[in-house]
Amino acid sequence: MTDLAMTNLAKKCLGKKFLAKKALTRKVNPVDIEKIESILATDCGSTTTKAILIEKRDGEFRLIVRGEAPTTVEAPVEDVTKGVLNAVSEVQELVGRQILTDDGSDIIKPRQGNKGVDFYVSTSSAGGGLQMMVAGVVKTMSGESAARAALGAGAIVMDVMATNDGRLPHQKIQRIRHLRPDMILLSGGVDGGTTSHVAELAEIISAASPKARLGIGYELPVLFAGNKDAAGLVKERLQGKVALDFTDNLRPTLERENLMPARLKIQELFLEHVMSHAPGYPHLMKLTDVDIMPTPGAVGDIMQLISRRKGITVVGVDIGGATTDIFSVFQGIYNKSVSANYGMSYSISNVFAEAGMENIMRWVPFAVDERDLRNRVKNKMIRPTTIPSLLEELVVEQACAREALRLSFDQHRSLAVGLKGIQQERSIGDVFEQTMTGQTLVNLKDLNMLIGSGGVLSHAPRRQQSAMMMIDSFLPEGVTQLTVDSIFMMPQLGVLAKVYEQAALSVFDKDCLIYLGTCISPTGVIKDGDVALEASVTMPDGAVVKEILKAGELKVVPLPVGQTARARLKPTYGMDMGNGDGVAIEVEVYGGVVGLIFDTRGRPLNLPKDDRERIKKLQSWNAALDMYPKL
Amino acid sequence: MASAYTPGLKIVGKARFEKDRKLPMRGTVHVKKGERVTAETVVASTHLPGNVFPMNVANILGCEPKEIIEFMVKKVGDRVKKGEIIAETPGLWGFFKNRVESCIVGSLENISTVTGQVILREPPIPIEVHGYVDGEVADVYAEEGIRVATYGAFIQGIFGIGPEVVAPLKMVARDPADVLDAKDISPEHKGKIIVGGSLVTAPALARAIELGVKGVIAGGYDAFDLKEFLGYDLGVAITGNEDKGVTLVVTEGFGKIAMAKKTFDLLKASEGRKTSINGATQIRAGVIRPEVVIPIEGLKDQDVSKSSSMGMTVGTLLRIIRQPKFGSVAKVVSLPEKPAHIDTEAKVRIVEIEILNTGEKLNLPRANVEIIEE
Repeated sequence: MTDLAMTNLAKKCLGKKFLAKKALTRKVNPVDIEKIESILATDCGSTTTKAILIEKRDGEFRLIVRGEAPTTVEAPVEDVTKGVLNAVSEVQELVGRQILTDDGSDIIKPRQGNKGVDFYVSTSSAGGGLQMMVAGVVKTMSGESAARAALGAGAIVMDVMATNDGRLPHQKIQRIRHLRPDMILLSGGVDGGTTSHVAELAEIISAASPKARLGIGYELPVLFAGNKDAAGLVKERLQGKVALDFTDNLRPTLERENLMPARLKIQELFLEHVMSHAPGYPHLMKLTDVDIMPTPGAVGDIMQLISRRKGITVVGVDIGGATTDIFSVFQGIYNKSVSANYGMSYSISNVFAEAGMENIMRWVPFAVDERDLRNRVKNKMIRPTTIPSLLEELVVEQACAREALRLSFDQHRSLAVGLKGIQQERSIGDVFEQTMTGQTLVNLKDLNMLIGSGGVLSHAPRRQQSAMMMIDSFLPEGVTQLTVDSIFMMPQLGVLAKVYEQAALSVFDKDCLIYLGTCISPTGVIKDGDVALEASVTMPDGAVVKEILKAGELKVVPLPVGQTARARLKPTYGMDMGNGDGVAIEVEVYGGVVGLIFDTRGRPLNLPKDDRERIKKLQSWNAALDMYPKL
Repeated sequence: MASAYTPGLKIVGKARFEKDRKLPMRGTVHVKKGERVTAETVVASTHLPGNVFPMNVANILGCEPKEIIEFMVKKVGDRVKKGEIIAETPGLWGFFKNRVESCIVGSLENISTVTGQVILREPPIPIEVHGYVDGEVADVYAEEGIRVATYGAFIQGIFGIGPEVVAPLKMVARDPADVLDAKDISPEHKGKIIVGGSLVTAPALARAIELGVKGVIAGGYDAFDLKEFLGYDLGVAITGNEDKGVTLVVTEGFGKIAMAKKTFDLLKASEGRKTSINGATQIRAGVIRPEVVIPIEGLKDQDVSKSSSMGMTVGTLLRIIRQPKFGSVAKVVSLPEKPAHIDTEAKVRIVEIEILNTGEKLNLPRANVEIIEE
């Protein structure tokens, strides 16, 4: 059934009033949306299940309480519902009213007086999330489009296989067998284009006869989203061997990507196949009022919604224990990347290995013995739930976080690109500046808002630490508003927004985001100590604050949350605020718990090579933002 | 009474141990429920499909893909030998023939007239699953494998490398704080699983491999040495498939950390017994910890320690799993209800503990301790 047909059916069955927006999910239990006053939302993470209670108070939806419990997808419990019920049990204790049935095995729905809730939604990334392989004919064309479709649906892309990826057929077959993905997305060929290459890819998949990691009884879903003329050939080769499904071509022409049908189909197959094989999910799926969404898919949806509603460009990051997801919306185009092995606990050792000791240590303002540091990092990896209780350990972990974010953002930039291989119309004006196709869409000078989430950013003891971790790793340029997700509730709000956008947005604005302030950072590099920027900030009360910022400096001007000021920012020659070398700009700047952060350290940011000099610099920056108690 | 959920690694003297022994795909189960098996018994077996080798016959013959069917000498399902002709063009008056020879011994699986590709498959690869421990078959999964059960000592490690091995246990360290060095390992340790104290050094591991020691159990291992040993910096803790000639089980963590006394005493009491160890570790979804299983003949269900409470209460024995005092064993003094500030200024749930051998009292985040399970 097409999505449109599903929407029409849902409207017919439930009445127009029900659907706030197009029904993107298949399952929607019949509830009158205007009668909803109490919503329970959970997110089953790899280690922790988080539950939030949202209720209507004085006519608007607000976050009431949050509870959490260990995720129980693993032995000995092996039933994800148990962790959900434990987290909800904490919520009911905190709110002081009954939500679960007397035996604690179900959620009371709909609300009966003071008991229960009206609506329940959930997201999940437990059990390693959705792990996919994608295939396309040309690696940089349909291969990349397929990867974007899978990532946008909330998957981790384990490998991109393509006819021209340089591997021999038997190597590709071995790779599929070795990786054991949860699902394969097969694409390739524009409509009316090559069919033989697509057939070849299908033959490789067929020969590999991949065994999924979810056990013998699991039939591997393979989704074909390529040249419609090749569908018959794919069917001949794969029918009966895998759970084969078809959707619209995700690259119908070279100039156009059509990712949404593939994304929706992936999420559908994720529920039908992957989730139904995960311990306890069939039970959880019965409890929810709408389909369970993969966590990153839900976060991506809320990011897009915010970008659309506020008319801004957004970069969002969720740094978890195992993976780091980055989302961006530039030029109205949404992109998401999952860096599967960059994270703060399970993957911290990989961050260390990939970034290298030198890159980690450049953020640490004291000396550490290499053997000792390696042991500490590996001990965090094998005991991922521990937290730093010494200040020095916190500083080292935040240094690792900077590198995890930097590496993930590099990956994101290389993925969030325009379509490659398309014909470009050029005018005479392009003679001196011919850009290639497939350039990154991420332009930091155009970035309006940077949103951080995940334990290391959301739970940093001082908000200045969150702000500086994001600034040091993303290196925003020009004027950028900084925010963090207070308690990481974006996944729950993302899935809620599918059916009740108003409630999700209300909570997002009032309870989810913590406004840190605005980062003001000219690009360019000039000599340390020279004047880099002259700023004149007209405060809400009319007072004018004038600052002369020198190169190599960090400085904070307080501006409280909710307040806006008008700033005239005049960079010196050699520095650029976005309008050109030395050209002044006038902009609105937003307050926050940290305030206005003037970062005139230059872009690119170069730290001194000499250890003593570097430590001195770090100490002065830390002092400027009052980052840590005395180290 | 205040309590908290902080599960720890299992160190149990008398336990019932059960483990699934499953094939990677359907096959034959060779034992019945209730049957006695040894670690070496083949409990199930199957054949994995052989490796496949695609050959682009159309390219080699210089013809259109759709034409290859006319030139195929072998058909789908036919057996082939290495060097045997599988396709051939008629040539000109019997001369100038183009031929395609099989590159493997196996069978012809598929001919594609769209891509011109022919897929050859090697003979099936036999796979056997062994019992792993001496015990009995607790359950049979038809065509998949069994669940083996035994009674004995069970120790979970924190990190390991290398596959399953079964061998007699031999104590080398005399004290949980002893360092296991190369000089401590001698030819008499060949074919055994040896036990060190607080650390196994890089030269000791190299010596163990040289002398044919099957396994090493130690409190700590240096992360720097791990990098040198594996030849790469381990990024994600997924291990078990390393083919290094020895299996290592680390019980406490990275660095020099005295083995927990309880673990050490349990191993000491089991010296000489047939022991099964597995270094496989997976620290992400589907946590797998390395393990040491020492079956004890004659042990029955009623002898097994039943307490498996995962709750922490006053008096509970703990291990500190992060700095400061990493590795120390302590007991719970109190569990304050309200979150408190720690050195980093983070506000977290804490536990007040007393370190057993020094009597020192400390407040630590609850996340940084684990229960020593009895």
